[in-house]
Amino acid sequence: MYTPQMKELIKKVEETRPQRVGVHFPRMSPEDKQEVLKKYHPDFIEAGFSEITVGVNKGDRVPLELATLIDARSCIENVELDLDQYDYDVDVLVIGGGGAGAAAALSAQEKGADVLLVTKLRFGDANTMMAQGGIQAADKPSDSPPIHYLDVMGGGHYHNVPRLVRALVNDAPIVIKWLEDLGTMFDKEEDGTMVTNHGGGTSRKRMHAARDYTGAEIMRTLRDETLNRGVKVIEFTAAVELLLDEDGKAGGAVLYNLETEEYQVCRAKKVIFAMGGSGRLHYQDFPTTNHYGATGDGLIMGYRAGAKLAFLDTIQYHPTGAAYPPQILGLLVTEAVRGRGATFLNIDGEQFAYHLETRDVASAAIIRECVGRKKGITTPTGMVGVWLDSPLIELIHGEGAVERMLPAMVRQFGRFGINISKEPMLIYPTLHYQNGGLLIDEHGETNVENLYVAGENAGGIHGRNRLMGNSLLDILVFGRRAGYHAGETYKDVKLKKLTLEHVKKYHAELEKNGVATGGRISPMLLPRYTHREVLEQEA
Amino acid sequence: MPQVEMVDIYIMGKKYSVPESLTIMDAMEFAGYQLKRGCGCRAGFCGACGTVYRIAGDYELKVGLACQTKVEADMYLAQIPFFPAVKGVYDLDELTPTAASLARYYPEIYRCIGCNSCTNVCPQDLNVMQYVAYAQRGDIARCASESFDCVMCGLCASRCPAHIAQYFVGILARRLHGKHVLPRADHVQQRYEEIEAGTFDAELDDLMNKDIEELKSLYNNRDIE
Ligand SMILES: Cc1cc2nc3c(=O)[nH]c(=O)nc-3n(C[C@H](O)[C@H](O)[C@H](O)COP(=O)(O)OP(=O)(O)OC[C@H]3O[C@@H](n4cnc5c(N)ncnc54)[C@H](O)[C@@H]3O)c2cc1C
Ligand code: FES
Repeated sequence: MYTPQMKELIKKVEETRPQRVGVHFPRMSPEDKQEVLKKYHPDFIEAGFSEITVGVNKGDRVPLELATLIDARSCIENVELDLDQYDYDVDVLVIGGGGAGAAAALSAQEKGADVLLVTKLRFGDANTMMAQGGIQAADKPSDSPPIHYLDVMGGGHYHNVPRLVRALVNDAPIVIKWLEDLGTMFDKEEDGTMVTNHGGGTSRKRMHAARDYTGAEIMRTLRDETLNRGVKVIEFTAAVELLLDEDGKAGGAVLYNLETEEYQVCRAKKVIFAMGGSGRLHYQDFPTTNHYGATGDGLIMGYRAGAKLAFLDTIQYHPTGAAYPPQILGLLVTEAVRGRGATFLNIDGEQFAYHLETRDVASAAIIRECVGRKKGITTPTGMVGVWLDSPLIELIHGEGAVERMLPAMVRQFGRFGINISKEPMLIYPTLHYQNGGLLIDEHGETNVENLYVAGENAGGIHGRNRLMGNSLLDILVFGRRAGYHAGETYKDVKLKKLTLEHVKKYHAELEKNGVATGGRISPMLLPRYTHREVLEQEA
Repeated sequence: MPQVEMVDIYIMGKKYSVPESLTIMDAMEFAGYQLKRGCGCRAGFCGACGTVYRIAGDYELKVGLACQTKVEADMYLAQIPFFPAVKGVYDLDELTPTAASLARYYPEIYRCIGCNSCTNVCPQDLNVMQYVAYAQRGDIARCASESFDCVMCGLCASRCPAHIAQYFVGILARRLHGKHVLPRADHVQQRYEEIEAGTFDAELDDLMNKDIEELKSLYNNRDIE
């Protein structure tokens, strides 16, 4: 529930609302965008970054919290392992049970590979499950893959790897058809036409959705199918280190059973990383929308084995994270809310930015409004935010529209006594997405032979900024591409003896460079929360 | 200065004092747990954190998602992070959207005694018993729609005296609906065929070879639907 003080402020929002209906707020010019980004976007806050000191990306700038895990020793340094004894011996090992992992596993199996999927939490406890807004694909007559291409490149500030973008937009309608074949319940018109909407940075209405449970609907469908097809799945088992063979090609992974705390060796002819993002590293102390297991493990393991990182100095902050109530701080307010017309307002109920600016620009504009212009709304716990005027949607699309279009949001805020059909939401940018990752080619393969990466774990597709709806898309496009390619080529692989020499070398390099690891080990696997800050905050 | 309100809660019978503003999940962590099971999205979407609890003095057993439910004083709680229900294994292509398909994998749906326990425990406030009734009748569309917001936490099944695995019935109904009831999107099929035929290849190749300045000008002048 909003406090009486906040309710008082909401009156200003209600006062200005009738004058705001149907009024088009101007978009920022390219120059204005650059200015607000440089001054207020966290990617430009130098204190939040550090240079990598060892390995193939030595000298590159990455978030501090990630750098400390890269400059750390392997968590299995002191574990006794017999690498000639395999607990599992498979054709394709898929690591990570989100959407990318499921798509890769299904595709590799379809090509005849014996596939094992291991995942840290439950199958489907993943960022994919949480995506609400939608998935992009240029499948309407007014749209085309080339138009989509331009949006992706512009959104990514032209840094994207063109071949990857081409694969992304080309395969998009194929992926939608695949999902339809699997019985995914997309929002459709009576005649089967997909209901599609805008998202930040789209020039066509190409966002497909399944109410506001799009990711959940895709994830549970793929999970169901993976289980139906008899793919072996092991939950609560994390990969902790990649295994290479004597020729330096990927050859399996060391696994860790979270419950029994045992280590196991898995040999595989092809390894597909699908370990998702790193929101739980809480860069620059931002709250995050990400699931509990998003600790960047895949980046660490891949990097130790010599795979290249790309674009990790750019992180996506979602402009609309919940700033109130405190129990859901940082959780995502789906972009569909602004997609459907809700606008950003300051403490005086004035709009200060066009509501469909790209995420980086919108986030920076909100931070400017709160930090620079001091026109944010302060909550009882000291958090600052701006309004997102959800009731405006009712005026645009008719009464009951919020309830009908955004049931997950209605439920989430309703649990804490806020009716978003009638009251605006209080929001502030939240750490959402890792724009970069391990660099891949159009088959999903890295510079380490037989190591593939798909999904948020991969980098290059989105350049320096991903547009909403292109991530659910990329996990499926590249999950399938990696799975198919691995499934088609594993037969040619003759594995040699497995080793962890690369880890030893990495440690030696750390020492040679005088990097003080201070007892730090990685990958992190799980964050540790104690919530002591609650005591300080309110006392 | 205002003091943080603390309340006593009992995690599997053991007492801890925690700030009353926390969710059950955060309170467990405050108490010193590092969660492995019972924690996934932390946002009410994955169903990993189903929790049963009782408030001292109250006979009623309540449920909630630990990540979405605030603690209360004298709450006795335990998580149910896994429920051993059995999923049917099927080939969707071979099934028809009928009651018979559902009954083939989940015959227990006809043993429903109408106790409504499933609906009462659903942390998503779904009308679970109603969607089971739709399933019995073969009303796939309504079963799919009514069960749509299910996070598959399994709490319904844990309380069902007829041993129905409601959440598995729900997903089968939704997939049958998506595949066999909803009309196909013609425009998707059409675009698929165009892509297979290479309709956009030349244009995409051309875009791939453009320099940044050209792309910028195309992008900044593109028309918006
Ligand atoms: C709240 C939210 C909303 C979003 N909304 C949208 C949207 O509307 N549209 C869109 O396109 N995108 C959206 N995104 C982004 C998109 O959902 C994700 O980027 C995408 O789903 C990532 O999929 P993935 O398979 O790569 O990773 P995930 O789905 O995160 O899966 C990674 C899996 O790997 C497991 N894992 C991690 N480490 C290990 C390890 N060491 N060993 C074994 N397993 C491991 C994890 O537990 C997890 O199961 C959203 C993201 C969030 C968080
Ligand atoms: S942790 Fe996912 S629903 Fe609670």
